Amino acid sequence: MHIPDGFIDIPTSAGFAAVSATGVAIALKGAKSSLDEKTAPLAGLTATFIFAVQMLNFPVAAGTSGHLLGGALAAVLVGPYAASLALTVVLLMQGLLFADGGLTALGLNIFNMSIIGVWVGYFIFIAAKRVLPKKKSSIAIAALIGGFISVPAAALGFVLEYAIGGTATFSVSTVASAMVGTHILIGIGEGLITFFAVSAVMASRADLVYGYKDVANSLEIRSAS
Amino acid sequence: MTETKSAKKNFYLFGFLVTLILAGVVSFYASSSPDGLEKVADKIGFIDTAKDSPLANAPLADYGVKGVKNERLSVGLAGIIGVLGTGAVATGLFLVVRRKSN
Repeated sequence: MHIPDGFIDIPTSAGFAAVSATGVAIALKGAKSSLDEKTAPLAGLTATFIFAVQMLNFPVAAGTSGHLLGGALAAVLVGPYAASLALTVVLLMQGLLFADGGLTALGLNIFNMSIIGVWVGYFIFIAAKRVLPKKKSSIAIAALIGGFISVPAAALGFVLEYAIGGTATFSVSTVASAMVGTHILIGIGEGLITFFAVSAVMASRADLVYGYKDVANSLEIRSAS
Repeated sequence: MTETKSAKKNFYLFGFLVTLILAGVVSFYASSSPDGLEKVADKIGFIDTAKDSPLANAPLADYGVKGVKNERLSVGLAGIIGVLGTGAVATGLFLVVRRKSN
């Protein structure tokens, strides 16, 4: 999913870098009010965990691999603003230290994974949570669905960038169908890893989980009345 | 009180340990097949438009430590460096931006 330099032309890359910078600035502002001293360390651990698991490519089809993006996972654990920052730190470390993803492509990658992946994953999680029973066990299931959808959504981010400034001349619809098809498969892996990671945190420290706060409150109110 | 405090510490300690093991040990076993985007670019035919990152010769490029011949050691060390670096930068950032209680 990490775009190398050269796929997308420089003006388009610069444009997306500006959009991404705005997104990160908004995330910085939002994280200020959504994080406190109790949840800030969890946000740090979440970013670190995502860096580690992004190294673990799993096979999805003949000769193709995928890895966790982690946008939905982070959004469920620490909220979308802090999640966006967490993914941005991961992408900066990968691009600057490990030459994973291009340098001029950094804004493109932040747009797809830190913004689209996180926010689509988060909104799908919220929608799924609304439909599912108001129970503790619904959180990880809603996270799974959010994770699953976030991957083809991030892949569509690339398609958008390609449509605007791709250096190759293949048709956008060809690229779109190949990207979505492949990333639906990777999304299954994303959903499963997201499910297990959220389940593990819910089992040990549910009190820290951002996406569980409102459910926990309503369950408490109901049992009190 | 002391019990909940140590439980809290254990959660972070355990989480960090799992993360170190994933990046330092399990990473060696990761699939080396091209990822979704690379595969699509290859199949459709625009993989050649990719350019090497200007940092392609950096000491940790491509998740290996330059000069370390043993593959398992090289990727494991790179993973551990990445975990420590990401942990330090991210945790530092979040502690700075978090809401201050007063």
